[in-house]
Parts: sequence; C-alpha cells; structure tokens
Amino acid sequence: MTIAAGQVTPEQRKATRDRVARWSWPVVGLILPVAAGLLWELAVRSGWASGRLVPPPSVIFATFWELAETGELQRHALATCLRVAAGFGIGVVAGTLAGALTGYSAFIQRLLDPTLQALRAIPSIAWVPLFVLWFGIFEGSKITLIAVGVFFPVYLGVMGAIMSVDRKLVEVGRAFRLSDAAMVRRILLPAVLPAYVLALRSGLGLGWMFVVAAELLGASEGLGYLLIDGQQLGKPAQIVAAIVAFAIIGKTTDWIVSAVAAPFLRWEDAFVRL
Amino acid sequence: MTMLNLERVGKTYPNGVHALDAVTLGVAPGEIVAVIGGSGCGKSTLLRAISGLDTPTQGSVRLDDVTITRPHEQIGIIFQEPRLLPWLTVAGNVGFGIEDRPKQERVGRVAHALDRVGLSEKANVWPRELSGGQAQRVAIARALVPQPQVLLLDEPFSALDAFTRVDLQDHLLNLWNEFKPTLVMVTHDVEEAIALADRILVMRPHPGQIADEIEIDLPRPRDRQSAAFDFAKRRVLTALDRSLDRAVGVEHPEQKAAQGAAMWW
Repeated sequence: MTIAAGQVTPEQRKATRDRVARWSWPVVGLILPVAAGLLWELAVRSGWASGRLVPPPSVIFATFWELAETGELQRHALATCLRVAAGFGIGVVAGTLAGALTGYSAFIQRLLDPTLQALRAIPSIAWVPLFVLWFGIFEGSKITLIAVGVFFPVYLGVMGAIMSVDRKLVEVGRAFRLSDAAMVRRILLPAVLPAYVLALRSGLGLGWMFVVAAELLGASEGLGYLLIDGQQLGKPAQIVAAIVAFAIIGKTTDWIVSAVAAPFLRWEDAFVRL
Repeated sequence: MTMLNLERVGKTYPNGVHALDAVTLGVAPGEIVAVIGGSGCGKSTLLRAISGLDTPTQGSVRLDDVTITRPHEQIGIIFQEPRLLPWLTVAGNVGFGIEDRPKQERVGRVAHALDRVGLSEKANVWPRELSGGQAQRVAIARALVPQPQVLLLDEPFSALDAFTRVDLQDHLLNLWNEFKPTLVMVTHDVEEAIALADRILVMRPHPGQIADEIEIDLPRPRDRQSAAFDFAKRRVLTALDRSLDRAVGVEHPEQKAAQGAAMWW
C-alpha cells in the first residue's frame, strides 16, 4: 500500500500535534495574566476605574523604565544583590559544612542535629531584634538574617543527600580500593550533587525572601527600600515595579545556579531530553 | 597448585547469626568454581569474604602469599546488580578501575573491553539508557578491564530473563578465554553452574558449609541438550537434595519436582 502525495500519515499528524502541544502549553498559561492585564488597562483608559491604587500595566512599565533610566533601579538592585550574595555565600558554606559533617558521622549528627533542628523551628524573623543588637542596624544584621535563611535548607539537603547515597555504589568504590579522598571525589560528590543543587536553589529562594524582610525592617537602599518608599509616598506603581524587579532577578539567579550545575547533571535528565 | 586458598573460614555476624562454618577450599589458577545452594546457605557470605569486602571471623583467605583482609587489586567482583555509576558514561564506567593509567592506554583498553562485550556503539551513552542485560555486560567489562587474577561473581545473571542469561553466560566464557582468570561464582541456577564450572561446590545452610563437591569435566562449549549435561544436572540436584537432608529424587530433572516426590514417598 502506498501513501498518496499530500496525504498525512498518522505518525506525521501525531508529530505535528506534539510540536503544537510543546509550544502551546506555556502559551496557555499566559492567557489568564495577559488577559487580566489587558482588561485592567482597558478599564483604566476608558475611565471605569481610576487605577490610582492598582496601576495599569502601562504605568507600571513606565515607572520601571523611569527608575531604570535614572539609574535608581540599578543602584537599589545592586545593593540588594550584594546583600543576598554575601548572605547566600555565608549560609551555603556553613550549611554545607554542617550538613557534610552530620551526614558523614553519626556521632556528630547526634551531637549537632537536635540543636540545629530546634533553632530551625524558630521563625527566622524573630531573630531580627537580636541581630540588630549584635550586628548593628546596617549590613551586618541583614546579611546574618539572610545567611540564617539560606543555612537550613542547604544543611538539611546536604545531610539528607549524604545519608541517602547508595551503599551499593560505595561498595563498588571499596571493591576498586579507592582511598578516602578518591571515594569522596569519585563516588560521594557526584552522588550528592543533584540533591545539593536542589538545596542551593531552595536556599537561594529563601535568601531572596529574607532580603525583603531585612530591607523592609529598615534600609536606605535596596529593592526593599523601594517597596517601603512606594508605600510611604503612595506610589503603588513603584511598589509593583520593585516586585517585578525582584521576580526578574530572583528567577535569573535561580537560572544561573541551574545553568552552572547543568553540565554536571546531564546524566540525570538523559531521558527527559530525548 | 592452588592460588586461592581458604582455610577454615567462618563468619558469625554481630547479631549472632552463624553464616559460615569452617570452609576450606583451594582454587587453581584459571579454574571456574561455582558455589550453589539454597538461599541463606552462606554462599554470598563466602564470596564477600574472598573479595575482602567483609572479613571472616574465623580462619583466613589467602591469594598466593597474601592474606585477604580488604579488597585486593588482583580480585575483581561482579555483583548481582550492575551497580554502574549513573554519572559516568558507559566508557567511564568501564574505565573506572584503571583511572591511574595513562589516558591513551585507558582509552585503548576500554574500547577493547567494550568491543569484547559487543557494546562499542554504547560507549558514550548513560547507564540509565541501557537494558538490564547491557548494563550487566558493562559491569562485566568494568570488572575485567584491570585484568584481575581472580574474578568473583555474585549471582550475576539472576535478575535477567532466560535468553539474556544464556547469552551472557556464553559471553562470560568468551571473555574468560582471553586471559583465563580464576572465576568463583555464586549462583542458584543449576544449569548455569554446569554450563560454566569445572567444579561445583554444593553448600548446606545453618551454618553454611560445603556439603558436596562435583567435578564437571565436559568439554567446552557445553551442549545444554546433551545427555552428559543432563546427567551432570541430576548429580547436582541429587547433591542439593542430600545437602538439605531430603529424600533423593534422581529421576526428576527439576529440584521442585524432586521436592514434591520426596513428600509423596
């Protein structure tokens, strides 16, 4: 049986459908927010709503642009990024060390883990007054708060990852007579890496959350300051612009972590990419 | 002349289980020994003691003049599961044991080993993209690349379907032919033991001991359909039955049938 020219085989039809599906799924997700934005824009322009408290997209965009043109946005964003970077760095180093130690040694886990779990149960914002007393009202207390937020997910992630390394693969390392250092480098690190990247990403997410808290509680610059400033001066568009900036920068940094890790994790998604 | 010597090797686990009792055994260079027995007869414990992954609580394992207390470079092991490292490609896994060699030599030996197990085209594939049989072939290649004098196999094909299993047994014999390492393999598959081994050790449980020893001097390659093969099978099954203090059911080709017969009489 031959297939006439121009006739579409079921396989081709399925391929086309798959291609359309792959592009249309994200688009489906955009329908609601875009429609809502357009409707609100229309409502404000036609005078049905004042848009004073809820600015329409065009005003938000204009405010964003204005802040960017004067360099204000960059200055505040940079201040926030530096805080997150410092807090994230400290939190990751401390969390990784603590997680590695507790994951590796049952004794250290018994010694350290109960205390850390108890500290974890405290809402981190509750530390702020103490941190301000200890580290002053400027950068010290803010960076400490962020570091505390980042520490716990990284600590838990690393500890759990080390504890769940497949004992059978460790035995392969032993059968090939790996030294302790080689065991860490060739078995433990690669085995732990996927969970570690995940822990870093959730740590980073909490870092962004806590930088907002820290900056809301008193700062003279930073995206959080833009939020407070917008509230006090009654500029909702500036608040939303700062929120948009948070979203963009947060998503970008998360993407950077994933992208840096991706070459080392190719083995993991070999199936997904097929 | 034996190269691998076990002297009254015993193992009692910390929980008091007496898994292995006074096993004495000498294996000659290039010999293929199969250890067979029901589950819990200590055959895996025996293999782990030889590998140096576990140390016996009594007696000693010696390779030539060296007492084995931890993994030795001349002893390779193939586990029941492939245990490939998922973050290394197939080639990376095969070369895992010769990382310390110069790169050029490594590449050559890995390529050769992959060629010998028929997986050259899979060199750059991740382990999770392999079938069960392919993965176990990679594991065999990985264990053979360092060319150990002794290769231990712990029920290496038990997780595979019957066709793949026979295929891999033939594969293993081909590889063995290349540099004739000593093989000690644990199995619960009687046919597998007869197809491969020069000598079959039948083990008895509680505590694990060698109950019987059967020489298989059939020429290789062995015809699984031949009368001689069948006869050997009956001898092994009889020995297995005897090791479990069951009545002897020589007429029955399958252990299960023999068990049934024992109950009937």
